[in-house]
Amino acid sequence: MATAFPFSAIVGQDEMKLALIIAAVDPKVGGVLAFGDRGSGKSTAVRALATLLPKMKVVAGCRYNCDPERPAEFCDECRVRVAKGALKFAQVPVPVVDLPLGATEDRVVGALDLERALARGEKAFEPGLLARAHRGFLYIDEANLLEDHLVDLLLDVAASGENVVEREGLSIRHPARFVLVGTGNPEEGELRPQLLDRFGMSVEVKTPNDLPSRIEVVRRRDEFDSDTAAFTATWAKEETKLRKGITSARERLPSVAVPDASLERAARLCMALGTDGLRGELTLMRAARALAALEGKKAVGDEHLRRVAPSALRHRLRRNPLDDAGSSVRVDRAIAEVLG
Amino acid sequence: MTAALAWSDAVTAAQLFAIDPVGTGGVLVRSRAGPVRDRWVTILRAALPISQPLKHLPLHIADGRLLGGLDLNATLLAGRPVAERGLLAEADGGVLMVAMAERLPSAAAVHITAAMDAREMIVERDGLSLRMPARFGVIALDEGLDDEFAPGSLGDRLGFHVDLNDIPIREAGEFAMDRAAISAARERLSTLRTNEKQAEAMCTAAAALGIVSLRAPMLALRVACASAALSAHDEVDQDDIALAARLVLAPRALVFPQEQEPEHPEQPQEQPPSESADNDKADTDNPDLDRALDEVILAAVQAALPPDVLAALRGSSMRSRGRSQGKAGALQKSNKRGRPAGVSRGELRGGAKLNVIETLRAAAPWQPLRRREAAASGETSRPRILIRKDDFRISRFKQRTETTTIFVVDASGSAALHRLAEAKGAVELLLADCYIRRDQVALIAFRGSAAELLLPPTRSLARAKRSLAGLPGGGGTPLAAGLDAAFALSDSIRRKGQTPTVIVLTDGRANIARDGSQGRPRAEEDAINAARQLRMADITTVLVDTSPRPGASGGALAKEMGARYLTMPHADATTLSKAVLASMA
Repeated sequence: MATAFPFSAIVGQDEMKLALIIAAVDPKVGGVLAFGDRGSGKSTAVRALATLLPKMKVVAGCRYNCDPERPAEFCDECRVRVAKGALKFAQVPVPVVDLPLGATEDRVVGALDLERALARGEKAFEPGLLARAHRGFLYIDEANLLEDHLVDLLLDVAASGENVVEREGLSIRHPARFVLVGTGNPEEGELRPQLLDRFGMSVEVKTPNDLPSRIEVVRRRDEFDSDTAAFTATWAKEETKLRKGITSARERLPSVAVPDASLERAARLCMALGTDGLRGELTLMRAARALAALEGKKAVGDEHLRRVAPSALRHRLRRNPLDDAGSSVRVDRAIAEVLG
Repeated sequence: MTAALAWSDAVTAAQLFAIDPVGTGGVLVRSRAGPVRDRWVTILRAALPISQPLKHLPLHIADGRLLGGLDLNATLLAGRPVAERGLLAEADGGVLMVAMAERLPSAAAVHITAAMDAREMIVERDGLSLRMPARFGVIALDEGLDDEFAPGSLGDRLGFHVDLNDIPIREAGEFAMDRAAISAARERLSTLRTNEKQAEAMCTAAAALGIVSLRAPMLALRVACASAALSAHDEVDQDDIALAARLVLAPRALVFPQEQEPEHPEQPQEQPPSESADNDKADTDNPDLDRALDEVILAAVQAALPPDVLAALRGSSMRSRGRSQGKAGALQKSNKRGRPAGVSRGELRGGAKLNVIETLRAAAPWQPLRRREAAASGETSRPRILIRKDDFRISRFKQRTETTTIFVVDASGSAALHRLAEAKGAVELLLADCYIRRDQVALIAFRGSAAELLLPPTRSLARAKRSLAGLPGGGGTPLAAGLDAAFALSDSIRRKGQTPTVIVLTDGRANIARDGSQGRPRAEEDAINAARQLRMADITTVLVDTSPRPGASGGALAKEMGARYLTMPHADATTLSKAVLASMA
């Protein structure tokens, strides 16, 4: 695969970058949706994420990326392995799996292994993209154009964290927890509300409109294209710094306190905006906590809420198709009201 | 720019594209089919190396053929899965030619652009998981008339935009392409790079021209390199930059900086002092040269723009954002939500329709396995083909054909005085309905002496609302012009296989005729004729009479139009939307 553009070399797009890093610190935040202009670096950022993330520990040889520290969630194959003896571990890059738009259902959920069936007449399960994305990221470019039946399927798995396959007399279930990352251009159609709700955070991406940033984008892209190795080396230090930041934030995350006052503010914010359900508050809290962990803070403060609230809430407002004030403006208004 | 010059630019574009098909993205050729375009394609072919693939993309290609997948025949023969390369992978190292690009379904466009971005094909289909290189340039032949455009996402990635529509055949001279020179230029290309100054100047110029996408300056820099390679320059010089700007930036320009403030492109650079302090080096190096290059680029762009376009650009020193978005919406018109009615695995119930061929295809690879199983379990009956429930493939259909609701709003003085505000309110509520039904909406307003398409079909309600809110009232009532515009738009919507519905809000008092002359009798006659046109074409219409005392004129017009007739006083929003719903059923 071609070398990805370094994450830290992406000019601007702070909201999108922060959202992706927060999702990397706490996958429970639940996915990132980046909607915006053409050519604004949405896909670049997601692909860059793959090389940025710290490696993860898996059971060696497991096709479902089972986490050795969580035996309760093992797949069937790992359970067999445990019964046979000690498990071997391996460090692998966090998967960032592309779900290409033309994908067929069998490749997404997994199906019988065609090769083995044809050549040896054996029935074996060939895991699909959902298995590959377990504990990592599942990336859908142009998420708004994804076929309906695939969307339904993703929703189902994202909700249960488990993929169940019943085919050809095979009965397989395996864990499939992943961070859904979607990008798209709103001019090509909107996203189905059910899928929209499934994303923890949603960010609006715009092409930078100040000249120095625009020049910087073009210059860096040009440098990257003409000498990829040198460019990547120049940014390696930044990348390492960011990677370490994510690792230590993950370690700190469980100890970051969420004071009652912050909880109350978050709840008031959601009430002011009339968001449906509790998902908004949960995401808001989790994202704020991940941000506090990233910044090395011991507790969540108003500042954290303020910074993550737009991404965590803007896609959850009760739709008023005629309010063209835009959801971002409404969120900003509510933030100003509640947090002062 | 004269036709001769336009033609020579088009030929240059073909040469530069042939030198670097992948880097420059491709050529968007806006032209009706005809001898001029044929000649251009011939010239392009002469420039491309013979050994390279040139693949033609059929408009309604199936996903399997476009992306690749399982080659069923070979698989069954070989007894192991054999992958079939899709068209995009086959175009690797060469050129993909898309005819009738304005009709390209957006789903196909997305596949093409994804492959262009990644420069490889990622295939997850039919039990196969493949990565194949897919580095190709694209020639998109856009035959669109006024309001049809190739998908914007594709156009954005194609460096050259060439318009051959106004070039007469006598100006389109033959061109003896020197293939050897092109391949020599290809050799030279890898040694050429643009410098930072040039990149900066190109960005500055692109921003000054109101070009939002950053791909444009990036592509222009690639084109400049190709130009340097073609003219055997040792490095990219001013002429190359100017040529690239003319070919890449000029066709995308939305504004042109006012002449009285030539420093305009410089302004943004001066604004953020902190930024320039950061990279002093770049700014203090040689600012004069920098400015000179900016001017070269803008002069080049200016030379490439036809005078009338230039005047229009100057006149509105900044076309409103709404306007440019409107254009973007128009670019998307062939958009059908990218959800082709395909085939999916499913159960045979609820009237689902079995797709026999796909079911057999799905079952085929598993036959040896199933035979063995059947034999092992001692089954004696041996059907020729063993089909299981899992094989069933159901044809999926689009739930409904897409509907575009065209609002034709009377913004004339007579209507404005009484009811324009109320009409706007009613339209807004109807828009909400369209949102729920996921219809597209378009907005036509008529006042003064003509009708104007304020908003080409779009799904963006915010935009619809914005154009509606900005709609001024006053002037005459050119009802015929409004209805004609609605008819023309409906027709083009139909041609795309979608269903138009026209909702006219007027008081029915036409006083401007088709030719723009005043006078009630003529105007009314024209309006009746225009209304009949809609009826003859069997277009679903609703007429909302906005006059304070609905009279005979509105009713008569509705009758001629074959429209459902509603009057405003009783038409509170709910009734209106119900009526519209009913007439669309």
